[in-house]
Amino acid sequence: MRKTVEEQEGQKSVRDLKIGEQGIICCLKDPEMGLKLLEMGCIPGTPVKMNSRAPFGDPITIIVNNYTLSLRLDEAETILLKQ
Amino acid sequence: MTVVTTQPDISQVERPPLQPAVAKIALIGNPNSGKTSLFNQLTGLNQKVGNFPGVTVDKKTGYSQLTPKLKAQIIDLPGTYSLYPKSLDERVIIDLLYDPQSAHYPDLVIVTADASNLKRNLLLFSQLADLQIPAVLALNMVDVAEQEGVKIDIPALHKELGVPVIPMNARKGVGVAALKIVMTQQLEPTKTTFFEVPAELQPLLQNIKSRFGLKNDYLALQYAHHNKSLKFLGEEDVAWLDEQLEKADFHSNALQADETIARYTRINGMLLDVVRVEKAETNEKFSNRLDQILTHRVFGYLIFFTILFLIFQAIFAWASYPMDLIDLGIANLNSLIQQNFEGPLVNLLTEGVIAGLGGVLIFVPQIAILFAFIAILEETGYMARVTFMMDKIMRKFGLNGKSVVPLISGVACAVPAVMSARTIENWKDRMITIFVTPLMSCSARIPVYTVLIALVVPDKYYLGFLNLQGLVLMGLYVIGFLAAIFSALLLKTILKARERSYFIMEFPVYKMPRWKNVGMTILEKSKAFVFEAGKVIVAVSIILWVLASYGPGNNFEQARVQALAEAQAQNLTEVQTENLIASHQLESSYAGLVGRAIEPAIRPLGYDWKIGIALLTSFAAREVFVGTISTIYSIGEEENVSTIKEKLMAEKDANGDPFFTPARAFSLMIFYLFAMQCVSTLAIVRRETKSWTWPMAQLLYMSGLAYVMAFITYQIFS
Repeated sequence: MRKTVEEQEGQKSVRDLKIGEQGIICCLKDPEMGLKLLEMGCIPGTPVKMNSRAPFGDPITIIVNNYTLSLRLDEAETILLKQ
Repeated sequence: MTVVTTQPDISQVERPPLQPAVAKIALIGNPNSGKTSLFNQLTGLNQKVGNFPGVTVDKKTGYSQLTPKLKAQIIDLPGTYSLYPKSLDERVIIDLLYDPQSAHYPDLVIVTADASNLKRNLLLFSQLADLQIPAVLALNMVDVAEQEGVKIDIPALHKELGVPVIPMNARKGVGVAALKIVMTQQLEPTKTTFFEVPAELQPLLQNIKSRFGLKNDYLALQYAHHNKSLKFLGEEDVAWLDEQLEKADFHSNALQADETIARYTRINGMLLDVVRVEKAETNEKFSNRLDQILTHRVFGYLIFFTILFLIFQAIFAWASYPMDLIDLGIANLNSLIQQNFEGPLVNLLTEGVIAGLGGVLIFVPQIAILFAFIAILEETGYMARVTFMMDKIMRKFGLNGKSVVPLISGVACAVPAVMSARTIENWKDRMITIFVTPLMSCSARIPVYTVLIALVVPDKYYLGFLNLQGLVLMGLYVIGFLAAIFSALLLKTILKARERSYFIMEFPVYKMPRWKNVGMTILEKSKAFVFEAGKVIVAVSIILWVLASYGPGNNFEQARVQALAEAQAQNLTEVQTENLIASHQLESSYAGLVGRAIEPAIRPLGYDWKIGIALLTSFAAREVFVGTISTIYSIGEEENVSTIKEKLMAEKDANGDPFFTPARAFSLMIFYLFAMQCVSTLAIVRRETKSWTWPMAQLLYMSGLAYVMAFITYQIFS
């Protein structure tokens, strides 16, 4: 959360994962939405896996902490991944 | 009972049972953690639905008989993931838990937790524990978790948490007896602290504690976080808190984030020795495989629309049998009373009160059937998939993936449809859905459409199979749907969001529905409708009946005398005479006066005072149109559509031309399509939104729209 905007631009987010692909949560971009995501277990350092996409590509489901979480693409975009 | 003995400490600690008259116990937990099942298990049919002030979520309370002598009051709180509410409905929880002076402040909280998802469920538990409220952890679905390879060492968990842990399966009722025994004990709050409040906040918290007389650091911290949203704080207190927070440089978001991370870290460490995962996610895999079909881009929608069609058929076709029975029962009861008693009060009772009650009961079959389906869809986890598939499309119109169900149900009847919008969590999405649902052409409009279409649209076929009348009918449905969608779009820009709209939620695994919960939902919704919306409907029905059955002075007697004279002159039969009297009397009733009074206003739409009367009486229910028209044109009640059609076609205007021109008929159809002419819908919208603002806005908007559209239609066609 302490990263500057420039650094965030090129960084991969959950939105960019392919189905079945996994990543490690680095940080959450949107402070307010971040609170909701943290409560749902999206803690920095936690592995996250893209599980499925809705027929029109949005929303998506991810697997985090051993359960399935559904969220919209613009919400997934705020979960940045470690390089 | 044997389960208790596996619980260390619970039975060993000898404490006197709770003494207060009735212990107050709050049930709290994550969504999908089995909270509702547990509530149903504890209270059975002893439930009451009431209101929390200011929010649309229902307050469900019930009594549980713990021992033959000891009762407890259970209050079911909305499902939540933490004590930092993200939606309006969740705010109820903090109002209840942060005000120790409140009448509802619980003596004990039961925290339900899903065993297969313990980590996330314990976040909420740890916050409650830090508030030092005596708590019990109801560890739900332990058996299911075990089958999935998640093994929980319950004595170890109990030791870590410092509160009783009851393994249970709320669906099957396993563990409920043990839980009840624990509930009779005088429980102490846990001695474990899960989150240490940062030292630099101590001066601030000390100030808050001394001002409000609080003992607990974490509670003081919550006052700081929620200073604006705690209802029980006065203006002065809020201002004082603001000043304190400013001074202490208090950053709510950052502190919350740090707290959540710290709690998860603590819980992770704690669970290392408590939870053992042997093989992972069999149910998850099964759900995933099922989802490949059920949320498939072709089959997914196909299956969903098949289910919607089935629901629609069910409320349309199946409900008609019990509805006919109710109709028949009311009619028989009325004629029985009328045969045995006489006088004006008998008419008030039969045609006013009992008919009004019938108008309420008639909706119950549709409500019961729709909610049976909705409860099953929710229980199985399919509703989450519906939202998932429809979210992107519906969001464009300011609606929600879940709005599909109310909108489609609205084609059968807006009353159960509006109630079904309750499943939409977001306030703005739900209000928009409720607002536009009555624009969908409901089944009560069908009699109006059929009579008028038969009157002016020729029964012609195009291409051998396209029936013109059918096409017009379909066109009316399409117009209704478009009106709903575009009104939603309009509202989306007008209405301010009260909370951020999130889609972030647990995607539940598929489960078998719990039939007890389905039954409870049906009962609860039917009761809510009959007892809350019912009052308004009966009251308005009686008013409308009085308006149509009485006139000022001796108008009624004069109308009768005049009708008799006319009948004699024309040599009418007895039945025809009765019809003529009814027609003349309706004309001279208060309703007739209103009809004449509004004639100038409705003349631009092509209507006369006779139609004005029909518009007025239609407020009880739209299908009353046909009955009123039949009475006013002295057709009689028992006639069928083709007789009504003949009589109406014979009706002439001042110039001797047919009165019901296509322009008039289409204008009327459009008016009925748009106008909010349903007391039952208004009453249920009031109940669901907990204010008169919404139904009144609907009444004005829809009736205004109806007027403008009918005007345009009449001008185009004439």
